[in-house]
Amino acid sequence: MQVDLNGVINHKYKQFNAKKEGHILLKGRSLIDPSDFTRDEFREIFDLAHQIVENPESYRKSCNGKILATLFYEPSTRTRFSFEAAMLRLGGQVIGFSEPNSSSAAKGESIADTIRTIECYADIAVMRHPKEGAPKVASQYISMPLINAGDGGHQHPTQTLTDILTIERLKGNVENKVYGFCGDLKFGRTVHSLIKFLSNYKGVRFILISPEELRVPEYIREEVIKKSGIPFEEVIEMEPYMGQLDFLYMTRVQRERFFNEEDYIRLKDRFILDADKMKYAKKETYILHPLPRVNEISTDVDADPRAQYFVQAKNGMYVRMALILKLLGIY
Amino acid sequence: MLEITSIDKGIVIDHIQVGYGIQLFNYLKLEKADYTVALIHNAFSQKMGRKDIIKINNEIDIDYNFLGLINPNITVNVIDNGKIIEKVKLEVPLEVTNIIKCRNPRCITSIETYFDQKFHVVDKVKRSYRCEYCDDIVTPYPVK
Repeated sequence: MQVDLNGVINHKYKQFNAKKEGHILLKGRSLIDPSDFTRDEFREIFDLAHQIVENPESYRKSCNGKILATLFYEPSTRTRFSFEAAMLRLGGQVIGFSEPNSSSAAKGESIADTIRTIECYADIAVMRHPKEGAPKVASQYISMPLINAGDGGHQHPTQTLTDILTIERLKGNVENKVYGFCGDLKFGRTVHSLIKFLSNYKGVRFILISPEELRVPEYIREEVIKKSGIPFEEVIEMEPYMGQLDFLYMTRVQRERFFNEEDYIRLKDRFILDADKMKYAKKETYILHPLPRVNEISTDVDADPRAQYFVQAKNGMYVRMALILKLLGIY
Repeated sequence: MLEITSIDKGIVIDHIQVGYGIQLFNYLKLEKADYTVALIHNAFSQKMGRKDIIKINNEIDIDYNFLGLINPNITVNVIDNGKIIEKVKLEVPLEVTNIIKCRNPRCITSIETYFDQKFHVVDKVKRSYRCEYCDDIVTPYPVK
């Protein structure tokens, strides 16, 4: 019996320690791409995020004395504000710039030099940049955690955290569901990150709705979806597939990603979701959008309880609170 | 038939796809060589029909990754005293650094270049590679 008791105590101790070690594991890490973390590591972030949603007040002093730097080389509303609000709600402080002309980037300073300078002043940094791979380059020159807040048309992993927290709160988990992605899947970095994340889960199926010119990039199709063995279809119409979906992820055709204005004008109004098209969807097909929208979701959809994009925006703050706490090693 | 004399000591790079010989010649900076070098373009080949050959009458360090990237079927013979003393077996490199450049105008490497430009193999048969930074896939030396 003695042995059994010790065994039980030991087991519990090990469980506690493993959990504690799990927390420590993310300290000092950067999130540049969804493949940077394992499923278990993401699980820790989401578990904490759910706790924060339930009781945000408990965390209001968690980041006392800590500074978040926000380096936004490209415009942003939700991502920058949600990171700043997240840090302020955790009791920390924020420094940074919201457009490159107000930083030394305007003088031609390299990303490597800028981030090494910022590391002298901050504990953690967030970077958005119009060039793809810029946060990855920056992360190679520092030891503080760096979070990719969107790099060109490439990746946007914290929008994925937002999306997944929303999906989990609506449906419990992400598995065994059909996800429709609609609009600009070529330059839609939120789409790329979400597909990359979901491709690690069983029972997932993708329906990729876009004009041929805006289909997902080759590396997403070949290296992510096909290698994961996820069933997928690439289609050019929305209505026939609405009835199959558990989630419809709408995206904006982004003017800033086109080198040719004519191409943008030709493609921008191709897919518009309105109340009429919502009639094709199931009762529990939820509509997500990373925002901002232009006209791809008509405002007559906003009142539909299946429209969850503004809930997503709020969840973005909570999940970023969880991410900051984990990367700083506070939780 | 044009005759290029054999070399005593050095390297013969053979079975290069026609047209890639000049690229390899330039990459190895052989135009600056102060030793004898021969670039043979469009030579007859039983195996390939036509091929390029480079003969280098000197011992030099060669980046075999680059040769494997161009074509792993290229043969490299190391010559000493007029005889082949080693045949180097080439492979398609899994990773290449500072050999090819990303062609994606949206890639950070299009404006900042002080760090290594790395690529990872995607398809060994097509010899296509993915940029470390933007994930764009390139096939720098398409199989002809």
